[in-house]
Amino acid sequence: MPTAAEPLLQVRDLRTWFLTDSGPVRAVDGVSFDVHAGETLGVVGESGSGKSVCAKSIMRLLDEPARIVGGSILFKGRDLAHLDDEGIREVRGREIAMVFQDPMTSLNPVLRIARQLIEAMTAHGRFTAAAARSRAIDLLRRMGVASADRTVNSFPHQFSGGMRQRVMLAMGFSNEPSLLIADEPTTALDVTIQAQILDLLRGLNRDLGTAVILISHDLGVIANICSRVLVMYAGEVVEEGAPEELLTDPRHPYTWALLHAAPRIDAQAEDRRLITIEGQPPDPRAWPSGCRFRARCPFAVEKCAEHPELLPVAAGRAARCWVTQEGGSLHTPERARPVVAAPVDATPAAPILEVSGLQKHFPLPKEAFFERQRVLRAVDGVDLQVFAGETVGLVGESGCGKSTLARLVTRLHEPTDGKIVFAGTDITHASLSAIRPLRRRMQMIFQDPYASLNPRMTIGEILAGPLILHGIAGDAAAARTRVAELLDLVGLPGQSVTRYPYEFSGGQRQRISIARALAVGPDFVVADEPISALDVNIQAQIINLMVDLQERLGLTYLFIAHDLAVVRHVCDRIAVLYLGKIMEVGPAASLFARPLHPYTRTLISAAPVPDPRVERTRRHVPMKGEPPSALNPPSGCRFRTRCPIAEERCTREEPPLLEAAPGQRVACHFPGRLT
Amino acid sequence: MIRYVVSRLVVSVAMVLLATLVIFLIANTVPGDPVLTALGDMAASDPAQVAEFRARWGLDLPLWHQYWLFLERLAHGDLGVSISSRRPVLQDIIDYAPATLELATVAFILSVLVGLPLGVLAAVRRDTVIDHVARAVSLIGVSAPTFWLAFIALAVFYGQLNWAPGPGRLDAVSFPPDRITGLLLIDTALQGDWETFHDAAAHLVLPSIVLAAATLGLITRTTRAAMLEALSQDYVRVAKAKGLRGRLIVVGHALPNAMLPVVTLGGLAYANLLAGAVMTETVFSWPGLGRYTFRSAVTVDFPAIMAVTAIVAAIFVLVNFLVDMSYALLDPRVVKK
Amino acid sequence: MSDIALPAIASPRTRWLRRYGLASFGAVIILAWIFAAIFAPWLTRYDPNFVDVAARLQPPSASHWLGTDALGRDVATRVIYGARVSLTVGMVVVLVGALFGTLLGASAAYARGWAEEGLMRLTDLVFCFPPIILAMAIAAALGIGTVNTVIAMLVVWWPKFARLSRSLVISQRSMEYVEAAQSIGFGPAHILLRQIIPNAIGPLVVLVTLDLGNAILVFAGLSFLGLGTVPPTPEWGSMVGEGRELVQQWWVATFPGLAILTVVMAFNFMGDGFRDWLDPHANRR
Repeated sequence: MPTAAEPLLQVRDLRTWFLTDSGPVRAVDGVSFDVHAGETLGVVGESGSGKSVCAKSIMRLLDEPARIVGGSILFKGRDLAHLDDEGIREVRGREIAMVFQDPMTSLNPVLRIARQLIEAMTAHGRFTAAAARSRAIDLLRRMGVASADRTVNSFPHQFSGGMRQRVMLAMGFSNEPSLLIADEPTTALDVTIQAQILDLLRGLNRDLGTAVILISHDLGVIANICSRVLVMYAGEVVEEGAPEELLTDPRHPYTWALLHAAPRIDAQAEDRRLITIEGQPPDPRAWPSGCRFRARCPFAVEKCAEHPELLPVAAGRAARCWVTQEGGSLHTPERARPVVAAPVDATPAAPILEVSGLQKHFPLPKEAFFERQRVLRAVDGVDLQVFAGETVGLVGESGCGKSTLARLVTRLHEPTDGKIVFAGTDITHASLSAIRPLRRRMQMIFQDPYASLNPRMTIGEILAGPLILHGIAGDAAAARTRVAELLDLVGLPGQSVTRYPYEFSGGQRQRISIARALAVGPDFVVADEPISALDVNIQAQIINLMVDLQERLGLTYLFIAHDLAVVRHVCDRIAVLYLGKIMEVGPAASLFARPLHPYTRTLISAAPVPDPRVERTRRHVPMKGEPPSALNPPSGCRFRTRCPIAEERCTREEPPLLEAAPGQRVACHFPGRLT
Repeated sequence: MIRYVVSRLVVSVAMVLLATLVIFLIANTVPGDPVLTALGDMAASDPAQVAEFRARWGLDLPLWHQYWLFLERLAHGDLGVSISSRRPVLQDIIDYAPATLELATVAFILSVLVGLPLGVLAAVRRDTVIDHVARAVSLIGVSAPTFWLAFIALAVFYGQLNWAPGPGRLDAVSFPPDRITGLLLIDTALQGDWETFHDAAAHLVLPSIVLAAATLGLITRTTRAAMLEALSQDYVRVAKAKGLRGRLIVVGHALPNAMLPVVTLGGLAYANLLAGAVMTETVFSWPGLGRYTFRSAVTVDFPAIMAVTAIVAAIFVLVNFLVDMSYALLDPRVVKK
Repeated sequence: MSDIALPAIASPRTRWLRRYGLASFGAVIILAWIFAAIFAPWLTRYDPNFVDVAARLQPPSASHWLGTDALGRDVATRVIYGARVSLTVGMVVVLVGALFGTLLGASAAYARGWAEEGLMRLTDLVFCFPPIILAMAIAAALGIGTVNTVIAMLVVWWPKFARLSRSLVISQRSMEYVEAAQSIGFGPAHILLRQIIPNAIGPLVVLVTLDLGNAILVFAGLSFLGLGTVPPTPEWGSMVGEGRELVQQWWVATFPGLAILTVVMAFNFMGDGFRDWLDPHANRR
């Protein structure tokens, strides 16, 4: 760790509070750290930990009512916390640049890319407009934007999310700043695009020597490129150290919890249950007086009633924990082995769900009268079987049609073509009333816990609705009893019935959503990205709940996700979707051990592992380009435009989905060639 | 782009045609009887006179035929003959329209010139004095009845203070200029008659301010809301992070986005000014289209009502078309290349 | 700890006033006018239509607080009675228009397809005509009178509610709670009426409130022109119309106009209050 040189940035006891009418919200409450020239500092923490507010404080981009109420931010001899408006303006974009989370909203929709890049340079008077223009084109080229001299004149809406983030990076580096702050720069992107952007960021840091602060909730992302990591919890830094050590031997229980809560793509777990910590982060209006993690900490001792300082625990490492400061270690507790579910029959009976040749085409609204009708081929010929008692995972990047497929099999959408047979009944075009009895057996869990519960209904009404509709509860008393049972089943207190959804956290709402799906006693549940909107520890809690419920109630899951590690962890079989078609389907273990389709292979290699040592040994298969539009999919094999091993034949012939290994079917002319 | 323009144009023409049909149907199915109104009670009780009257105005033909005739004449620029003034409606409209056009245009320019900057300032300096002033102005503008404001303005500035000239477009002693466009400001300027120009301008002050009040209120309010919305967007934070100066962020980044709803409102407001000047015209004895429409309505003068409503509908459609076009220019997302 | 003074925490009372003060003020004004309209006979000393030519055009005095008009009628009495017509017409036009427009727009949006397309074209068509002109034409054609004018106004009034409710339903339609209700097996009528509309009601309430003022303005305008309420019924717009030439006897037209201003402004206060209340961004203050 460099110690000799003066740090580029010194943050000392920074306090940024939201001065609301109901009292200060202490979002950042005493944060200190250094950033040295050229280094890459990762900042991790869950939502509400204060990591983003910290970054905005450095740039002084706080919105009302947030205010820096204490501490200092020393940068090249200036205290950014106390600079006047003109002073901080000269620093922004010139010496410290920032890239934000959502590239879709970060660019001004009505201005050309060129103008937005050029003004970033001319604002600081370092370039003339003409010089800035040619530099903008060079930068875009450096960021991997194809035919930059033409695309520089585009408007943002003509760019995909990944391309926009490249533009944002070009903007960030345009004035050769000494520090770049990237606030969750890849969170809104697909995993293959994320890998491209992280590669780019790593290269820029190496070539230009720009120091980077990378903020992320994803330990894998951090492990991938950072030389030092800060872990934030409840407005404080709780641990600091090099990723190699911090991620393999955490010295703060919160880091430990983060590491164990997330399933890993590089390991087959023995138990589907994950290690979770109880409860939620404390209220930032009134932090607890002692250690802020104490209430959730499995290692807490008496001394934790006092507030610990961030003190060295090893060479180059510091932690805010009494236990590890006194030499204690954080070991993984032994857990009782769960009762293993009855082994699945080797030759299963008829599938509970059978889908063949399924298609869903959405006609797009015409923009002009004489235009020919354009059709979005969201799902374009899918065959899939789901057997009773198993969990089938459906993975793919955004726009691959996985959510549409979920809505087709639950018949929220009507298919354009193909066939859906559920429990022996053809429901492809069944009417609302014909399908209603089947809904008792087939339910769905949704992605967004904030949108999936009707905000105007109490929890009791939400859960009783299905019971009454399907005549499950004969009278009000029976309904009440059943609602209480359901709440108990998903681990919520009984008094929740009279409350409204807004009174619950995201994780709790997802529990309510699960309870609603289970109200009618289904045996088949479609879960559409049920955990992707949640923080990692809450994700683990929900996964554990779903696994428990499956064992207790004998449920069959169709589990949709974009996170491969999660899918690997919870699923028996996995189907990989690309542009509305299945590329590969097979048992989870063999699919990850020996992916036969090049797309599966690249997806797996793009998912980061939260261990730098493992990361270094993994072979990364770079995937070129962006997914094509589902309006006009490529001829032949749909993946060929991004495939590293595509040949001329792939342009002509569409590969059928054929069995290439036991239980593993692949739609590729050259299965297993890419390793 | 061309495809977009043509497509919008086709829709617009279809809308105008449909609008004339609606007017025609309304005019012909409602119980008001033009015969009674035009001939008076005495003559209307004489069947021969009534029949002669009906035949003369084509009122005895089947409805679709009457509509077809209406369209045919419309295509030739013939809007029919007013039952009450017994002159071609087109001639009437040419006489009355410029007064309204002049008044509405001045009022519109006034409300944009004041409302837009006021709205922007109010949003940028939220919760300061200027914001409160802007909110008060827009509130009074949209809440005060135009006809009452007109009365108060006339009573105070003409009746009491005598700062402004009285009703009408010109003083009785002024000689109106030779008619070129019918717009007094332009005609007098073209003819170099600056004395009459000043008189016409002075007569425009009160009515245009009164007429502008509601529009000004709406534009201020909409601009403020749109600016607040735009200023809260991520791209504004990005612009700040680039180190751009505050004024460039407001004018260069937020305003172009905030203009989109304002343009929509502005177009509609201008069309409404043209059509809705009737109350201001009434109080200020302004010989405009609004008064003419009103008189036609009261006398159930079908050809006049139909012609005026068709023209007004056409103006609305035209303004909408122009709004769509400027939208396409302002927002690149509207037209995909 | 810091050199920046923390602002004092606002008391709940201050916070409430800051957020709902104007809206409550508006509500009080409206309630006062409703009270005046209902109890007009007990609040006034004169008959609103009692003609006393001897007492014509008297300036405000102790016996006639707001003066008398050209027929010697007491202006104050007529202003109070005038609230009856204005408030009733405003509420009828807006509530009927809103109910009709909302149901139509919401059902069309939920049904999609040609029903939605047709309805939108129909509203486009109505929007081709400026409300005043169309109302003028219809009122003239139907004959002049309060009821006919209300009918004319309704024709031009419903489309904006149809438009708004359509866009609200469209934005709610794709929400996951609607899909959840569908996947449970609820039918379209239940989903629209019990799930979607309760969630879309907020912006509709805002529009209804703001629009009450608007409807009162338009009706007063038509009455001012002589196309609304027929004399001698006291109505604010026609009272201004009767007094518009009387520049020297300013009180005849000024007070009824002020009455309109207060009511419309009060509805605006209330509407803005509702909007702030519904807007999550506004809560941070």
